[in-house]
Amino acid sequence: MADKIEIRNLNLFYDKFHALKSVNMVVRDKNIIALIGPSGCGKSTLLRSINRMNDLIDGVRINGEVLLDGRDIYNSGLDIYKLRKRVGMVFQRPNSFAKSIFENVAFGLRVARLANKKKISEIVETSLRTAGLWDDLKDKLGTSALELPLYHQQRLCIARLLAVEPEVILMDEPCSTLDPIATMKIEEMMIELKKKFNIIIVTHNMQQAARVSDQCGYMLLGDMVEFNKTSEIFTNPRDKRTQDYITGRFG
Amino acid sequence: MKIFGENSIKNLLIVIAFSALTALFLILAFILLEGLPFIFNIGIKNFLLSSDWQPMAGKYGIFAMIVGSLWVTLGAIIVGVPLGLAGAIFLAEFLPRWMMRIIKPAIELLAGIPSVVYGFIGVMVLAPLIRDYIGGPGLSIMAASIILGIMILPTILSISIDSIKAVPQSYREGAFSLGATHWQTIHMATLPAAKSGIIAGIILGLGRAIGETMAVIMVAGNAVILPGSPLDSVRTLTANIALEMGYATGMHRQALFATGVVLLLIIMVLNYAATISIRNMNRKV
Ligand SMILES: Nc1ncnc2c1ncn2[C@@H]1O[C@H](COP(=O)(O)OP(=O)(O)OP(=O)(O)O)[C@@H](O)[C@H]1O
Ligand SMILES: [Mg+2]
Repeated sequence: MADKIEIRNLNLFYDKFHALKSVNMVVRDKNIIALIGPSGCGKSTLLRSINRMNDLIDGVRINGEVLLDGRDIYNSGLDIYKLRKRVGMVFQRPNSFAKSIFENVAFGLRVARLANKKKISEIVETSLRTAGLWDDLKDKLGTSALELPLYHQQRLCIARLLAVEPEVILMDEPCSTLDPIATMKIEEMMIELKKKFNIIIVTHNMQQAARVSDQCGYMLLGDMVEFNKTSEIFTNPRDKRTQDYITGRFG
Repeated sequence: MKIFGENSIKNLLIVIAFSALTALFLILAFILLEGLPFIFNIGIKNFLLSSDWQPMAGKYGIFAMIVGSLWVTLGAIIVGVPLGLAGAIFLAEFLPRWMMRIIKPAIELLAGIPSVVYGFIGVMVLAPLIRDYIGGPGLSIMAASIILGIMILPTILSISIDSIKAVPQSYREGAFSLGATHWQTIHMATLPAAKSGIIAGIILGLGRAIGETMAVIMVAGNAVILPGSPLDSVRTLTANIALEMGYATGMHRQALFATGVVLLLIIMVLNYAATISIRNMNRKV
């Protein structure tokens, strides 16, 4: 299998603060990658540098390479909007737009200026089906998405991404506002989505990382301490620090 | 010995709150008591739908003034809303934070300039310009609209900026992560989320425009005629009261109170419409 994403010596500074220190990571196609580590170690920062979301923040400097299908997303003149269509993101808190359920899912299509109404309806339906929301929501597509319970909203945010068919889905602690049952639903969905998409998930929940991911990276203070098969990380960590963290002896 | 016990403070507050409410209520009651009998006396139709205002001859039709108020307010909105909205979007979305820190207080300062100053600028600068370059007497609906539009600008600007700024960054990021450009993000994600705040700002501005008196008296010309074009001079409801209260007695005096009642009703309807539309907007989409 080909490498979907390859990160080489990635450094990132917030002004003077060195948030990512020569991070290396290789993501194989059709895999789920989990990033774990204590708060503030740079997981979100790393995730956000894969779809250039950090570009929105003033004073960020980046060097190193992030290759998507072998092409550097920072220095090869790759269009940033096309990039973000290929690498979508799910956030910690559901951020459904102040629009109807239908328009939330159709958002990416409208952004892409798709005008064919029938096509849009079709895509909205398939996306909602894949996200497991169709049966619950099909009769109220016109109501505001903000009225949905959080667990529906988070899945709606995933459906919204599916509509634009990204290649990679970045998830930043997508379950942190959800209860265990809703969390389980999202995890089942991730396993399903893995057949078509690549997923990189940041999580504080070690069991979740162990349950869903194929590969796992442990970060500490901006370093990628260890990146390996998930089974290896959890049963046979190479680094003492990883071991301390997963056995709960950390801090 | 405790002079102000928990209870006596509470009682004091209750008394203060009630006297404030009572004062407001009394004013309202006074206006209604003075105005309403008059309206029924000469007939709603003769009062509201006639443009014949000759207090000396016992003719009290305020239709021309109602139209005048609506025209001027509409004009203020046509001038103020696009400017305010465009300005707010630019200032909130594109301006670096440090510049915002300078400009925001400046906008709030603008809101504090007394209306007579705006009116003065209107009379000295704007009206002659309109007279010389566009036509008409200069003191006109157009002059009043422009001056009022500028006067309500700070209100619309600062409330709109606040509500755009209050949209969580994650909204924008959500749009960006679907490949949206900055402009698409603004009009497809940020503005819909800020919509009810922006509308509230516009309504507040509207209220200010319809109630504004001094500046309007100075630039609108105050002729009691049904205006045929934006270049015509008009008198608004507020101007009518202010201009004639000095010498009005008897029926005439009551007619002015009745004008106040109409003004009150218009503003109440506006506020109600605003509340409803904001509530609906929050509920649906
Ligand atoms: N916009 C920013 N400006 C300056 N420093 C930042 C910014 N965002 C994050 N940082 C810093 O960079 C470091 C890494 O932050 P990041 O959000 O990537 O951590 P994280 O691993 O995702 O933490 P958490 O688990 O709490 O989400 C932290 O020390 C944080 O304070
Ligand atoms: Mg984080």
